[in-house]
Amino acid sequence: MTRPLRSGSRLEKVLSAGHFAVTGELGPPRHARAEDVREKVHHLLGNVDSVNITDNQTAVVRMASMAASVLAQKEGLEANMQMVCRDRNRIAMQSDILGAAALGIKNLLILSGDHQCFGDHPEAKNVYDLDSVNLIRVLKLMRDEGRLLSGHELPPDGRPALFIGAAYNPFADPEDYRVIRAAKKVKAGADFMQSQCVYDMPRFRKFMERAVDMGLTEECYFMAGVTPLKSLGMAKYMKNKVPGITMPDSYIDRLKGVPKEKQPDEGVNIACEQIQEFKEMKGLAGVHLMLVEWEHMVPRIVKQAGLVPRPRI
Amino acid sequence: MIIAERKPVEEIKGFIRDKKRALLIGCRGCVTVCNAGGVKEVEILASLLRLDAKKDDVDLTVDELTLERQCDPEYIEELASLTGGKYDAILSMACSIGPQFIARRYPGEQVYPVLNTCFLGGAMAHGIWAEHCQACGNCVIHLFGGLCPIARCAKSLLNGPCGGSAGGKCEVSDQIDCVWHLIVAKHMEAGALDRLLEVDLLKDWRTSRDGGPRKITREELVKND
Amino acid sequence: MTTQTAENAPAPGREPRIIAFCCQYCAYSAADMAGSMRLQYPPEVEIVLIPCTGRFDVILALRALEKGADGVYVAGCLEGNCHFLDGNIRARKRVNYLKKELESVGIDPGRLEMYNLSASQGPRFAEIAAEFYGRVRDLGPLHKNP
Repeated sequence: MTRPLRSGSRLEKVLSAGHFAVTGELGPPRHARAEDVREKVHHLLGNVDSVNITDNQTAVVRMASMAASVLAQKEGLEANMQMVCRDRNRIAMQSDILGAAALGIKNLLILSGDHQCFGDHPEAKNVYDLDSVNLIRVLKLMRDEGRLLSGHELPPDGRPALFIGAAYNPFADPEDYRVIRAAKKVKAGADFMQSQCVYDMPRFRKFMERAVDMGLTEECYFMAGVTPLKSLGMAKYMKNKVPGITMPDSYIDRLKGVPKEKQPDEGVNIACEQIQEFKEMKGLAGVHLMLVEWEHMVPRIVKQAGLVPRPRI
Repeated sequence: MIIAERKPVEEIKGFIRDKKRALLIGCRGCVTVCNAGGVKEVEILASLLRLDAKKDDVDLTVDELTLERQCDPEYIEELASLTGGKYDAILSMACSIGPQFIARRYPGEQVYPVLNTCFLGGAMAHGIWAEHCQACGNCVIHLFGGLCPIARCAKSLLNGPCGGSAGGKCEVSDQIDCVWHLIVAKHMEAGALDRLLEVDLLKDWRTSRDGGPRKITREELVKND
Repeated sequence: MTTQTAENAPAPGREPRIIAFCCQYCAYSAADMAGSMRLQYPPEVEIVLIPCTGRFDVILALRALEKGADGVYVAGCLEGNCHFLDGNIRARKRVNYLKKELESVGIDPGRLEMYNLSASQGPRFAEIAAEFYGRVRDLGPLHKNP
């Protein structure tokens, strides 16, 4: 599927050329030391096409996503700057979009954001002026029609050329609605979408079949989220404690079947098998590797899953 | 109606520390209906404050009174004979409109709020109230199956639910129903899921608090003296 | 428009004054039985007849305490045996609520209690009266200068 390039980002070019894309995830530090960002970047450089830079994830104050994105790009790793709707009104959002584009950021991924009650400032006032679907619309309006929400026109060379990202969750309730919500984001203008981490392959496949049937994969690149299981304990925790995640017993049994010190290896094996399946799944354009505080494992996984070398664009 | 709840006694005691004569004033409006500041709640609080003073042999009088409403000047006028140095603390047991009206009408009085004004809601069962409206000034519930996503979604999403919705509950608390789960379920029952593809509202918040304090003037009702 | 002022209560003597709100179907009959059995219980316990403990209102206890009582208890039917289905359950909730309120103004919540007994438990009535009397006597007078 080839579409006119919207942003010219590396991620967009990789997807547009029909390559199976790989993205990573990086959480900025809870302080101002740039070195920490650079260090995490080096585990990912050459192993992923671009990296999501989270925006105060779980509502904990961290280095600004825009700043960490610029730091990553200075090291040669393209950023998918994340922006949540929790902390900014439409004025700040549009301003940040213009600023991010001016600083050379090419991919912007939009999320609702975790409620502030989960973070380190539960007493904060939240914003939620626009929701994620509307923010996608606004970004598309700025990029494609060259207008702010106010109607103010942007000069042709002053439009934010950003590749628009969004998230989808095939596993949340109610199941029948999930593809509709994804469709809504595609309709609003999402160019690529990354999912919640996938373990329930049959349900994911069913979701993708519906997305293909609805023609969504013709308009938007769908990527599957992958988080390798570090241990049996983590698998059990995900199964029992994390809402909206279904964990098949077969994975739990496999981890049970190996000694504790071998469980991370088995988790990586499972993830690599999933990636093989994703590569062959109709409509799926790539994988999003979410290795929170396990970034150093990324090189091994991409190697074992045959995802490297990444295409030269 | 306006749902309120009484402040902790400790805080109220702080208002009248070193005061000798307090007048506790209830309201027969919303706060009577939600059992926060009607005749009965006035009786109980006044009694508690008197007991507290009496047990320690502190000189304190707490008189009781409940007005028809505290958000209309004509009822506030009834306090005229009780002001002017008769009390050194006036405790209003109405929503926060009450103490503001009293303080404005009687600038010389020390007026304190006894209730915390909480939200616009209704009774789910006797003794249980839940928020249903945020007074955004531009009602759109008909677009959402008669449910309000602005007041009842923790993120006021107009295109929900967010990824935190699980098992019909909000990510903020399992005591809160995910209103988007209810909206979707209602559309599914009606076989109208596709309708939700359309809703794509950009909310104009000017009619809400964001437009500054609001005021309504109905010329045909205004008396020109 | 009316205003009410708390009247100053008569001073209790050295002995504590106790008000017992008793349901006519159980505790009040049990008190009768205790009397006819010639069982002793503290004369400082003054009984107020109520048709059901469901009639008990927190303001009744507050007024009693304000006007000189040092302790108040409510005695109703055994749970499950209320003649009005759940009057005694409601009364217990009100008692628990008021205990917290009393605590918030520095009054020992032990000065208020809810008991359940049946009409045939005359000895139990005397026992409750003695037990509560002992508790309130140990707590001392409620008001410094009643």
